[in-house]
Amino acid sequence: MALGRLVGRRLAVGTVILFVVSLLVFGASLLLPGDAARAVLGRSASPDRLAVVRAQMHLDDPAPQRYLAWASDLVTGDLGNSTVSQEPVIELIAGRSGNSLLLMAIAALVATPLSLLLGSWSALRRDQLADHATALGTLVLASLPEFVVGIALIYVFATGLLQWFPPVVSTTMPVLEQPSVLVLPVATLVLAVAPYITRMMRATMLEVLDSDFVHQARLNGIPERSVLWRHAVPNAIGPVAQVIGLQLAYLAGGIVLVEFLFAYPGIGQGIVEAVNARDIPTLQALIMLIAAFYVLVNLLADVVGVLTNPRLRTGVA
Amino acid sequence: MSVVDPTAPLSDHPRRMNAGGLQVRGLRVETRAGVAVVDGVDLDVPAGTVLGLVGESGSGKTTVGTALLGGTRRGLRIAGGSVLLEGIDLTTLSEVELRGWRGSRVSYVPQDPTTALDPAMRVGKQVREVLDCHDYGSGPDARAQRVTEAFGEVGLPTDGEFALRYPHQLSGGQQQRVCIAIAFATWPALVVLDEPTTGLDVTTQSLVLDTVRKLTQQHGCAALYISHDLAVVSTISDEVAVLYAGSVVERAPTEQLVHRPRHPYTSRLVAAVPDLAGRRALTGIPGGAPSPGARPPGCRFEPRCTLAVDECARGLPPLVPVADDHLARCIRSADVSPAEVRDRDPEVGRAADPLLRVEGLSARYGKVSVLHGLSLDVPRGTCVALLGESGSGKTTLARTIAGLHRDAEGTLSLAGERLPFGSHERTRQTRAAIAYVFQNPYSSLNPRRTVGDSVGRPLRVLRGVRGAELDRRVGEMLDRVYLSSHYAQRYPDQLSGGERQRVAVARALISEPTLLVCDEITSALDVSVQANLVGLIEEFRHELDLTLLFVTHDIALVRNVAQQVAVLQAGAIVENAPTERLFTDPQHAYTRELLETTPNLVS
Repeated sequence: MALGRLVGRRLAVGTVILFVVSLLVFGASLLLPGDAARAVLGRSASPDRLAVVRAQMHLDDPAPQRYLAWASDLVTGDLGNSTVSQEPVIELIAGRSGNSLLLMAIAALVATPLSLLLGSWSALRRDQLADHATALGTLVLASLPEFVVGIALIYVFATGLLQWFPPVVSTTMPVLEQPSVLVLPVATLVLAVAPYITRMMRATMLEVLDSDFVHQARLNGIPERSVLWRHAVPNAIGPVAQVIGLQLAYLAGGIVLVEFLFAYPGIGQGIVEAVNARDIPTLQALIMLIAAFYVLVNLLADVVGVLTNPRLRTGVA
Repeated sequence: MSVVDPTAPLSDHPRRMNAGGLQVRGLRVETRAGVAVVDGVDLDVPAGTVLGLVGESGSGKTTVGTALLGGTRRGLRIAGGSVLLEGIDLTTLSEVELRGWRGSRVSYVPQDPTTALDPAMRVGKQVREVLDCHDYGSGPDARAQRVTEAFGEVGLPTDGEFALRYPHQLSGGQQQRVCIAIAFATWPALVVLDEPTTGLDVTTQSLVLDTVRKLTQQHGCAALYISHDLAVVSTISDEVAVLYAGSVVERAPTEQLVHRPRHPYTSRLVAAVPDLAGRRALTGIPGGAPSPGARPPGCRFEPRCTLAVDECARGLPPLVPVADDHLARCIRSADVSPAEVRDRDPEVGRAADPLLRVEGLSARYGKVSVLHGLSLDVPRGTCVALLGESGSGKTTLARTIAGLHRDAEGTLSLAGERLPFGSHERTRQTRAAIAYVFQNPYSSLNPRRTVGDSVGRPLRVLRGVRGAELDRRVGEMLDRVYLSSHYAQRYPDQLSGGERQRVAVARALISEPTLLVCDEITSALDVSVQANLVGLIEEFRHELDLTLLFVTHDIALVRNVAQQVAVLQAGAIVENAPTERLFTDPQHAYTRELLETTPNLVS
């Protein structure tokens, strides 16, 4: 009931957000230097040819009219054709989004439990060596950009010291048939998001472990394991879920650099290629996809927050 | 006394063991650095009786309470002494053995039930969990049945629906009864109750006290009732121990301790407790209790004691018998006089024209209506008390009068002049004429400003005083609230709660207001400090011809400060009468209920 209302409201807000994003995306592609017709025809195109292609692409129509045409196609699922390969955009990005989702899903599935455990473990060893080491390590990792971490990983595990994993992805076969290529990109993404979640989990757990109901549970003779798993952790998950949500949403953006670095055939690399080739329809579709992902992940985080907090889940009797 | 295996499962009704009660000998808890927080604490609680442990903040009473469960706050440790229960010394048990005892043979009822219950777990489950982890009874069915029984014992609904609720769906009184149900669920031999009624209204408090008394007798268990409130302790305890600066200074049967105290501190403490019957004048204790590490080598009360002689400073006196069952730690115990019962001249409110007039005032927060068309006159130069429980709307009324709450209808007038609701719409003169002292001195002073800055600010903003003149008047004002002028350079965190509240009073009075609104100004303070502050406010009322609106939930305090009382219930004034008439001839059922349920020290 309360949850249904929340989901409904957030979905409505999400739709508005996507509408605003679509305006921005469309506006930004108007401002991009160069024009799509020239990008299609190349530098040596004659003015006559350019005019014809412009007319075909409705480039001479007023901007609002072009926006409406684009947006209504978008809503009906028609993402248009790539201006480079002339193939439908949807076919181009379907495989790529699958690859990216795979990468993000594995990164999230590794990073979330790892950082929750590490954060709790660190909180339980408050002010001991292990705690300080965790705090320092996560701070260092959090302040390094992904490409530095990625390059370091490539150097250590792929090209330099150890040659355990391939540094780049082979384009000739599907990603799933070469699982070892996933290791380094996943590791880079995990190292990018896990420090924040770990630090947040540590701070929240410290607060919860110092709360009256944890003291009371101990005074009631509840074994330490139950104090931790049945009283402390459930009360810490809610606030941390928000940070996990933000970090997973961040993955969707952070993936651009990482995919580029490892030549991983996902939407991030797709964006880079689309920008280089002035492939506006593909670019627009990819950005809308990432925006939708943001909205969904944040909604999911709110839902987890509500589910772990009875005060929000149930009304006051 | 038989030795009990703490890890053995409990039988269904282990009353058998409760005969021994509790003996504490020479208990010492110290910081990691070896500074004693409490030391030399001896306590005896026979089974089926309640020992009250009274002490002001910082006396170490909670430290003693948790030590009886073999626990301490972070940074402290039990350094010596013995805690004997059922023939076993808890201080010799291992952590694992202790865990078996906690919640099963010894249990703890916390001060604040709103934070002591897990907000994410259903209350029935929280009772069940304690039974489960101590292997209570013969099996799951017996435990499920015990949960229902435990709710019944504390007067909570026993239908399954109640057990499925979360803590936030219960009232404060219900939450505390859940905590008590958890504590008594396993038939413990000892229950430690740490200020269990402090946050509750008096009517709820009396319900909780009745429950505790009944269960202690029914279960035949020993109970230690910790509180700062001697009046509450005296209604429930068979015997009382008084804790001062980490050691027990007096121990006696309740009646005897209250009527014939043999330690000067106890005597002063009794005098500081507001008397519901209004027969005693309220007197505070000057100074403050020494903190651990700064305690004098001799008697710890010596610096504040009016009976002190040179010898008192020469070593901690022993706790010695002074009468039957009566121990005191004072070399002059024979000279301690009982709290004076002298006839107070009840001051009758003058029939002056009202300074403040409230007519048909309604206030709301959004859609929730809090005050429903109430009217009130506050005569010039008197103190009018606004008495009500939490949620009665007393603070909203005070805030509306002070211009802090604008969502209201009706009329307010001060000295015949109509007052707008928001303080921003009031003139500078009216803003200076009404001053407000907030409940919590820990949050009402800006921690980044010096005391002098805070106190001087109203004078600067409202009266435009600057420079040396400002400093002089701030210094004067600080002197008048019995803080010296050098407090001006200090920051709030260097001050005790009582000192902070005096700074707040100084800040309120410096702009020479005609009306002072005091919103529960003593509820965060110890009784000895409360009595000092009330005395101070009384002085100002006489000297400055100040008019006071004194908001409080404490009916005993009302009798000692106000000439007229308006009793507030659910946003309406149900009774408004001169103080003496209200106490001798209460008209409204609610007033009578308050008078009956409020614990009083001298019965």
